[in-house]
Order: sequence, then structure tokens, then C-alpha cells
Amino acid sequence: MKAPAGAPYARILGLGEHRPAAVVSNDDLAARIDTNDQWVRERVGVVTRRIAGPDESVVDMAAVAGGKAIAACGLQAGDIDLVVVATCTMPSQIPNAAAQVAARLGIRAPGAFDVNAACAGFVYGVTTAASAVVSGTARHVLVVGAEKLSDWTDWDDRSTAIIFGDGAGAAVVGPSPTPAIGPVAWGSAGDMADTIAVADRRSYLKQEGQTVFRWATTALAPVAREACELAGVAPTELAAFVPHQANLRIIEAIARRIGADQAVVARDIMESGNTSSASIPLALCRMVERGEVASGAPVLILGFGAGLTYAGQVVLCP
Amino acid sequence: MSSDDIRTGLAAILEEVAGVLPADVTPDKSFTDDLDVDSLSMVEIALAAEEKFGVKIPDDELANLKTVGDAVSYIEKAQAVA
Repeated sequence: MKAPAGAPYARILGLGEHRPAAVVSNDDLAARIDTNDQWVRERVGVVTRRIAGPDESVVDMAAVAGGKAIAACGLQAGDIDLVVVATCTMPSQIPNAAAQVAARLGIRAPGAFDVNAACAGFVYGVTTAASAVVSGTARHVLVVGAEKLSDWTDWDDRSTAIIFGDGAGAAVVGPSPTPAIGPVAWGSAGDMADTIAVADRRSYLKQEGQTVFRWATTALAPVAREACELAGVAPTELAAFVPHQANLRIIEAIARRIGADQAVVARDIMESGNTSSASIPLALCRMVERGEVASGAPVLILGFGAGLTYAGQVVLCP
Repeated sequence: MSSDDIRTGLAAILEEVAGVLPADVTPDKSFTDDLDVDSLSMVEIALAAEEKFGVKIPDDELANLKTVGDAVSYIEKAQAVA
């Protein structure tokens, strides 16, 4: 028999994003629920968020972001042979998003599956993609994080309505002659599964804010440091730190604890809200657009969320 | 550690985490109503207090600590057990 022969290493070749057109401010939300701009900025850090239109689906957003990522690295749809969509907000469980995204983009019959690791999903996807490229099961993998959280948000619940947003971000992972995606530090805490959950298909997302906040501000800095150690990159050498955009106070607490002194810290939550699996690629994409991080510079990405699940790894900026 | 020492230590944490003036941290003050401390800051205060006083303050216990006095006596008791 034969076995696949892979590339020596994998890297992120290009990024793409999609931000829905509608910008919703804290004052807009205050018209419906008892909240105000200052309160939301101080607790969560969100200033505005994007909300998808009624006819704009997870698949629609994923396809736009994915198409941009493929174009950004100068590839064609036909070059992609695996599509991975990280999402936890599809309107139904069947069919998956990945096959539809592939069809939309004219990618002919690639492997296609979804990853549900909630807000950690994009990092799980990148890890899986890098493994596929190195093992030889795929050459170019499209990884998309896409979420329509507005469908699962109770707009009368002041504890969650202020947090979430919609959007999609994508990356193409392909072969590299040198290491460019570090080993992953990942894991889960299923004993805390009910702290972030949608109880059933007629329910909205609920979260135990204090418990999740305590977990995020204490358990994740060690994961971030482990990811750096596995990659052989000191936190002080990081050019950027792009954690899941859950809450500005969590982001700043983790950044402080890992001592990434030279790193630009992603704060896209201010403009995008918490977009779950889409938040890391959206934030990274924006940093690259703004010239805040150079091509080839080491970036720590750190996803964490429902499950609970978490994953961190150092990647070189495309 | 005396209850006065605990209160002084707690006041320093409250000042750092939530910008509360130490003079305002008296036993009868409610964290949320009088000192304007929000629920996430309460978690940050609990984490800092755990480290400073060598005690555990789980979230379900935290919910019962309404006033500075509640917190001081909880920490005092927890230290006595430890």
C-alpha cells in the first residue's frame, strides 16, 4: 500500500474577512434594554458590533470571507482540497456549512466538514488544517470561522445582548519550507459544560458570567504560555497577541499575565463584539490591513469558549 | 490576622481593581449599591483576595458577600479553618 506524503511544514498563506453592513451601537441597544454605553464599554469593552441581515446566513458570510482569503494568497478555488468551517451557530445541524461554502466558491468536491469548538473553533481548525498539510491528506485548506450569534441571542437579555456580534474570518493554510504554525496547546473542561449553553433548539444562549470570567482570567494564561513554550517563542518575542474577543477585561488580564510586552494586543471586540469562532481571524485580518503586524512576525492566537474548550498556538503572520 | 488588617487589605484590593477610595471601605458598605462594584470586578476582587489572604472564595459563596463586613468575616473564618 501507499501512504500520503506531506509538506515539511504548514503556514497561513492569506486571510479574508466579512463584516455585515449593519453597525449596532450600545445606544441602539439601550433603546430596547436597560443598559447604557458607558456600562457596556466598562464591563465588556464593546462599542459597536455588526449584525447580519435577516437573509444573510452563516454560509453566506463564510463564503465571502473564504473567497477573499483564497484571492489574498493568489490561489484559485481549484487549488483548495479541504474546507473546514468552525461554527456553532448554524440554523440547523444538517447539512453542514463547509460543503455549501465550497460549492458557493466553486471549489470542486473537496473534503468538507464543520468544527464545533465554539469560540476556540478557528484555532482547532487551523491546527487540523496544518496537520492535514503536513500529513499529505490535503495541500491547501480553507479554514473559516463564521457565526451568526444574533440568531441565538435573546435581545431582551441585558447580560448577553450587549456582548455578541456576527461575522466571518478565513485563512488558507498551505505548504511551507520552514515552520510557521507552532504546536497547539489545547484542551477542554467538560465539567463546566453548562456554564455557556443553548439548552435546546428553542432557547437562546445563556452564560454564567462570573464563573466563565473567573475561568478565563485564571486558566488561560498558562495555556498561552504553554503555546509559546511549545513553539520556542518567548512571550516577549511575540509581535501580536490575538485572543478570542470575548471581553476586553479578559483580553487585558491574559495579556498582562503572559508578559507579551512587545506585542500588539487585538482589541477588535470594540468594533465587532464577540463573534465566537470568527473573532480571531477578523481581528488578525484587521491588524494586517492596518499594518500593525509584519508578514512573518510571530503571533499568538488563543481561542476559548463553550465546551469549555480552548486552544492556543503561535503562527507566523501571512 | 485581625479583622482590621483584613479590611485594610481588602481596601487596597478594591482601590486597585475598582478605583474605590480606601476611606469608603467600611463594614456596612454594600459592594454593588454603595461602592459601585460590578459582578466581574467582584470576581477580580475575589481572585486577588484569595491570593492575598490564602483562602478560597468560590462563586456561590461570593454571591453571599453583599457588604465589606460580610467579606471580612468570611475571610476571617476561612483563615481560621486553613
